[in-house]
Amino acid sequence: MNLPLIQFKDAAKHFGHNFVLDGVNLSIFKGEITAIIGKSGTGKSVLLKHIIGLFEPDAGDVLYEGKSLRDMSSNEKRALKRKFSYMFQDSALFDFLTVYENIALPLNERTSLPEAEIQRRVRDKMHQLDLHKIDDKYPSQISGGMKKRVALARALVTDPEIVLFDEPTTGLDPIRKNAVHSMISDYQKRFGFTAVIVSHEIPDVFFISQRIAMLDNGKILFEGIPDDIQRASDPAVKNFIQGLESPHDDLTGIASQASGQRRLKQEMNRLQRHKIPFSIILLSVEKLEDLDRIAGHMASQTVFKSFANHVKQNIYITDTCFRYDMNKIMVVLPDTDANQAEMFCQKLSRNLDGNLLIEEHESLHGFCFSVNAGIAQAREDSRLESLLGEAEDTQNIFYECRL
Amino acid sequence: MAQLVTSKNFVSSLGNHTINMVLELGRIALFFIKGFVLIFYMPLQILKIKQQIYFIGMKSLFVICLTGAFTGMVLGIQGYYVLVKYGSTGALGSAVALTLVREMGPVLTAIMVVARAGSAMAAEIGIMRISEQIDALETMDINPIRFLVSPRIAAALISFPLLTALFDVVGIFGGYMTGSVLLGINPGLYFSRVESSVDMSDVTGGFIKSIVFAIVVVTICCYQGYFTHTRAEFGAKGVSLSTTSAVVLSCVLILITDYVLTSFLL
Repeated sequence: MNLPLIQFKDAAKHFGHNFVLDGVNLSIFKGEITAIIGKSGTGKSVLLKHIIGLFEPDAGDVLYEGKSLRDMSSNEKRALKRKFSYMFQDSALFDFLTVYENIALPLNERTSLPEAEIQRRVRDKMHQLDLHKIDDKYPSQISGGMKKRVALARALVTDPEIVLFDEPTTGLDPIRKNAVHSMISDYQKRFGFTAVIVSHEIPDVFFISQRIAMLDNGKILFEGIPDDIQRASDPAVKNFIQGLESPHDDLTGIASQASGQRRLKQEMNRLQRHKIPFSIILLSVEKLEDLDRIAGHMASQTVFKSFANHVKQNIYITDTCFRYDMNKIMVVLPDTDANQAEMFCQKLSRNLDGNLLIEEHESLHGFCFSVNAGIAQAREDSRLESLLGEAEDTQNIFYECRL
Repeated sequence: MAQLVTSKNFVSSLGNHTINMVLELGRIALFFIKGFVLIFYMPLQILKIKQQIYFIGMKSLFVICLTGAFTGMVLGIQGYYVLVKYGSTGALGSAVALTLVREMGPVLTAIMVVARAGSAMAAEIGIMRISEQIDALETMDINPIRFLVSPRIAAALISFPLLTALFDVVGIFGGYMTGSVLLGINPGLYFSRVESSVDMSDVTGGFIKSIVFAIVVVTICCYQGYFTHTRAEFGAKGVSLSTTSAVVLSCVLILITDYVLTSFLL
């Protein structure tokens, strides 16, 4: 396996008699999004502050590409710090600076870029984060959600290599929350930075993370890929995940991934016991990234939400649809074979008017909105994983609308 | 036996307190040195220094003029009624001018600036500390002492002598108002005594005092705010305590250093 970019080795930290970190071992790999989850007050933010050097461990070590911070010269430490960006839980915006000045601060202080270039970069980030007409406002004059987005813009304006997010979506409404998640994921794919996110947003954070670590009682209780944590047998991990999972997805209002997966298992059991067939349709909304770039992340999340709503309105009461991924919806159709599932798709396609989904955004003229559908019929001998794989593999365009 | 233990405890706690105080003084001195040296790091923070001069200097003008005028007026009245007993009311100009230039000007200016700008400095930096804004600066690799403290030190070093000079001038006119306009001393005599009695050494002494007070005030106020998080009390209470101790400590230290400086300068 590759050398981890950041590695905690038996790191311990205590404040008075309170042992916040008690021998933490954790690896963070380059170019991945690692999410740190855990109950409130378990030291997730403290862990994050160790990465950037705001705290030093009392015992153990934090290594960067195998080298301890303690062994680095001050120049090496500074060079390392410049690779980082940190988004604080409470935004930590400078209240004596305007929104524009806050975002421009790292560029003004750390670089010698011309003013016009700084202005271009700041405006670019503000546009992407849907921050309009608030340049001259002070942080105390804007809402909590807006502050989060300003803090996010400030963290990303320097195009950092490693970004640490301390609960980036707390206090945001579902559309904005998903917009922030999709933005983190989108930027991460585009710029390839390494991200560490401290979050409570389960399962949303599973959609965008490659690795998950759960911190409990000062130790890492689980470290691995999102699929594994959802199947973890450790009761503490299981209780924590299930306790936070809502039966409904916040953004779309349809069932959440976890309850959808449970329904799939039930259908599988019914098939094996009573030979009742069922089919699944995996609907993937395509080119949402293009929409992000043209109209912003909020617009793309709104479109996805409207599409989910359309699917929900067109299914029968016995059917289920649930959010499968950032831009994917799965429909479970009991008592249905592949042909009937295809007919259902055609009906869904006939009733859909893409223009209605995006009607508010006139600037999208020429944009092609398309949805792919992958249909798979379950057989008695099929396994759930292969069924999902089949649906993923047989993706055909089922709907296309050029605006 | 019990008495021995009590006195031992007393001595050890006294020793502890002294050691802590010396350590704290050392930390404060290092804090100032860092802040002062960082003023000259390129690029110079001209805009921030200007903003701080506006805040510390410009915005204190009214209060300095007001207190200067009334201090001069009181000195005029008090001086007149003392001098009239000896028939030497002509010396009022000297008395008012020397008192103001040597003592009252630098001390009262410094105390007024502590009340107006020093408390605000401690509270502002304290709030930045508890709301993680200082941590945010560190994560951006922006030196918080250079960003927050250095411009304030530079601005105080520029503003304090100018404010003191203004206080002195307004005070001398205040003395003229009561001494000459109200109580009838010859204005020519008053101003000629002012001119003849104030030496360059008096002005230099006052100037040195104002510089030292600037250092004391800005260092104590910024230090208290900057290290708000190390207090036992957190949050708003921590900030309020930092502000209070910034004001009290600054005022006490102004008076102590004034005594020390006077004994060296005279």
